[in-house]
Amino acid sequence: MIQYNRFVLDNGLRVLVHEDPSTPMAVVNIMYDVGARDENPAQTGFAHLFEHLMFGGSIHIPDYDEPLQRAGGENNAYTTNDLTNYYCQLPAENIETAFWLESDRMLSLAFSEKSLSVQKKVVCEEFKEHYINKPYGDVWHKMRELAYTRHPYRWMTIGKELSHVENAHIDDVKHFFFKHYRPVNAILVVAGNVKTEPIRQLAEKWFGDIPMGEKYRRSLPQEPEQTQARTLDVEADVPLDAFVKTWHMDARLDKGYYEADLLTEILGGGGSSRMFQSLVKEKQLFSNLDCYHFGSVDKGLVAVEGKLVKGISIDTAEKAVEEEIEKIQASVVSDTELQKVKNKTESVIAFEDMGIMSRANSLAMYELLGDAQLMNTELERYHRVSAADLLQTAKRIFRKENSNTLRYHSRQS
Amino acid sequence: MIQNRKKAPGIVDAVDMKLQLKPYEHFTLDNQVPVYTVDAGSQEVLMLEWVFYAGNWYEKKNIVAATTNFLLKNGTSQKNAFSINEHFEFYGAYLNRSCYNETATVTLHCLSKHLPELLPVVAELITESIFPEEELAIYKQNQKQRLQVNLKKCDFVASRLIDEYLYGLHHPYGKYTSTLEYDQLEKVELVHYFEQFYVHGRCMVFAAGKLPGDIALQLNNAFGHLPLNAAALPVIDYPQQPAGTKKYRITNDAAGVQGAIRIARPFPNRHHPDFQRVAVLNNIFGGFFGSRLMSNIREDKGYTYGIHSYLQNHIHNTAWMISTEAGRDVCEATITEVYKEMEVLRTEPVEEEELDLVRNYMIGSLLGDLDGPFQIIARWKNYILNGLTEDYFYNSIQTIRTLSAEELLALAEKYLQPEDFYELVVV
Repeated sequence: MIQYNRFVLDNGLRVLVHEDPSTPMAVVNIMYDVGARDENPAQTGFAHLFEHLMFGGSIHIPDYDEPLQRAGGENNAYTTNDLTNYYCQLPAENIETAFWLESDRMLSLAFSEKSLSVQKKVVCEEFKEHYINKPYGDVWHKMRELAYTRHPYRWMTIGKELSHVENAHIDDVKHFFFKHYRPVNAILVVAGNVKTEPIRQLAEKWFGDIPMGEKYRRSLPQEPEQTQARTLDVEADVPLDAFVKTWHMDARLDKGYYEADLLTEILGGGGSSRMFQSLVKEKQLFSNLDCYHFGSVDKGLVAVEGKLVKGISIDTAEKAVEEEIEKIQASVVSDTELQKVKNKTESVIAFEDMGIMSRANSLAMYELLGDAQLMNTELERYHRVSAADLLQTAKRIFRKENSNTLRYHSRQS
Repeated sequence: MIQNRKKAPGIVDAVDMKLQLKPYEHFTLDNQVPVYTVDAGSQEVLMLEWVFYAGNWYEKKNIVAATTNFLLKNGTSQKNAFSINEHFEFYGAYLNRSCYNETATVTLHCLSKHLPELLPVVAELITESIFPEEELAIYKQNQKQRLQVNLKKCDFVASRLIDEYLYGLHHPYGKYTSTLEYDQLEKVELVHYFEQFYVHGRCMVFAAGKLPGDIALQLNNAFGHLPLNAAALPVIDYPQQPAGTKKYRITNDAAGVQGAIRIARPFPNRHHPDFQRVAVLNNIFGGFFGSRLMSNIREDKGYTYGIHSYLQNHIHNTAWMISTEAGRDVCEATITEVYKEMEVLRTEPVEEEELDLVRNYMIGSLLGDLDGPFQIIARWKNYILNGLTEDYFYNSIQTIRTLSAEELLALAEKYLQPEDFYELVVV
């Protein structure tokens, strides 16, 4: 059970405080309700580029990192398709430094041309390092475009193409900032060796006078229900054939999300999972195989992904995956399997909750979803799932017409 | 209230904060296996690690140590691979194994309440593993495929080659794997290695987290009677055979859009008086986000997503390494800038303001690193394996607090000479 206190400033900034006197440190975590899904299709990768610019100086403070490091702190940030999160950890005595820095960059960035031009290059190198200069680096670009026809999950957080990042203009940066980076669209979580009352005063002092901004009302194009299976064949200069298949699943807060999560564990979580045992060990069709989902806020994807053993045809591998899928749609999972994946979930949650950084991040995430208290009821939601629920959800998700298949052929073979 | 937002709030200098490394508890099992524990944490979870002197230092043939370690989970005289995995996974536990140079480990993460069901099976793995032919064949096939994919990546290729240049292909720190060596592996070699370095090997145990009150009894019942820590370890000395040529340019992928850059020089281990001092210099040079290399090459020029320098974590001799992936057309410019930063460190004393920042950053980061039982035991493990005591911890804090700009200049003059560095770009 994670305890916290919650209050809202007059400008709409939501503040959560989690007190943990066992650590000498404090974490300040700010989550902004904006991710790659909120981008203009002609300017993808912008939310993530923007995350870089948040370190390029704010209106009163030329450099974010330096004063934080001087206070003994460290920080980082990440962007997903759903949200953008900034966090820093520092000795609790110096927590006001984090309030000063974070509030100034929420008040306004410096909008430096130099920072924009350098960070465009840095992000392009990041793009190359992870998605161009790596074998199979474009798999998820292609799969997202195949699986989504309308919803902005069509593109990856890094962006659709380098040119979108290269073409970003300072006016776009300003517009994006004042639309999304306002108190009313943000959540502040403070965790560690802190007390709520002093934190409330610091929050008022540093964040209280920032103009509220306009609440961002998200109205994204929804993905129409898929009615026909889609397949894409690709050829690339890679050593081995690869196979990726996805199915649309439920949104983060739906009951079906928890069921899909457990199903992916049964199919592909660990050495005793069904697909690993059958397809990697017994039939030896894949040299590695994973089954997982993206944890997306809107309707996400369940994925099966693997590289084929040399000499095995993609048809054979695909057929074997389908057999496993048919099996889980045909009969209920065993009591042992169900208990196993629930035990794993309990363990994962306990390990995740060990550090204050991760606790702060989870609190922000659940608050963004609508209620931080969800963090404490999550395990219960998993426990309530029955074998019959899993069967029903497997039948619904794993329909052929709901599937997308990417057959990634090695040009050499 | 109108804030003066230009003025930073007052801070307590991290260098003035009191840092303490929580001491470990220590006991030995009936067979003299030492156990080190740190009992702390709020969640009902724990981590147990069995460290064997079974790393690639002791193998006579390449990849025997790593394969033996990997296949510990793939079959015993009582259970097949599936049953082993199912047992740990049923209890929500994670059993991992890793092979390093001197040591090889088995690590268990689990909810404390499930320990009684898990310990006997860990004991079974380290005494009764049988290395089935079928499992070895699957492992060989999948590892060869994985290697084939990795060899397409410039960073993977560069990391292998730079170690080869520094230590030589016959040194445990410099050697790497090949398809041929996977093909030549035989079951009997694994069985022998297992017998000598696990069943009759030298072992120590590290435990951290919320430990059950009877942890000593539980461990002794499961492991205290095993034939461990009786035989002496072979003493093997590998001569370091560094390459004669210093500079390399390699094309791995003609169409590559980035190059992996590695620049490195040999460096003594933690027992050398300069080690902790150079750790401070390294921080200034390329050890954190605010470092010289990062500020210049990423934040000013945008040549790379990230550039880092670090001292390799080796028990014997080690190396000082600079590592980055940069745009193909700016690789040479990146290297020029790295040498420029070395020159600046050799010729201009670090300003007090920057030095203060680095001191505070290092101490603050140390404070954060000591937060939690797993982090504390990891530090202790590192000290114990390197033959260091807690003095090392307090000395290193003292060094961070007091090392002067003049001393840094002298260290840069001694160690940051371009001609001492190997230099490699793999596109």
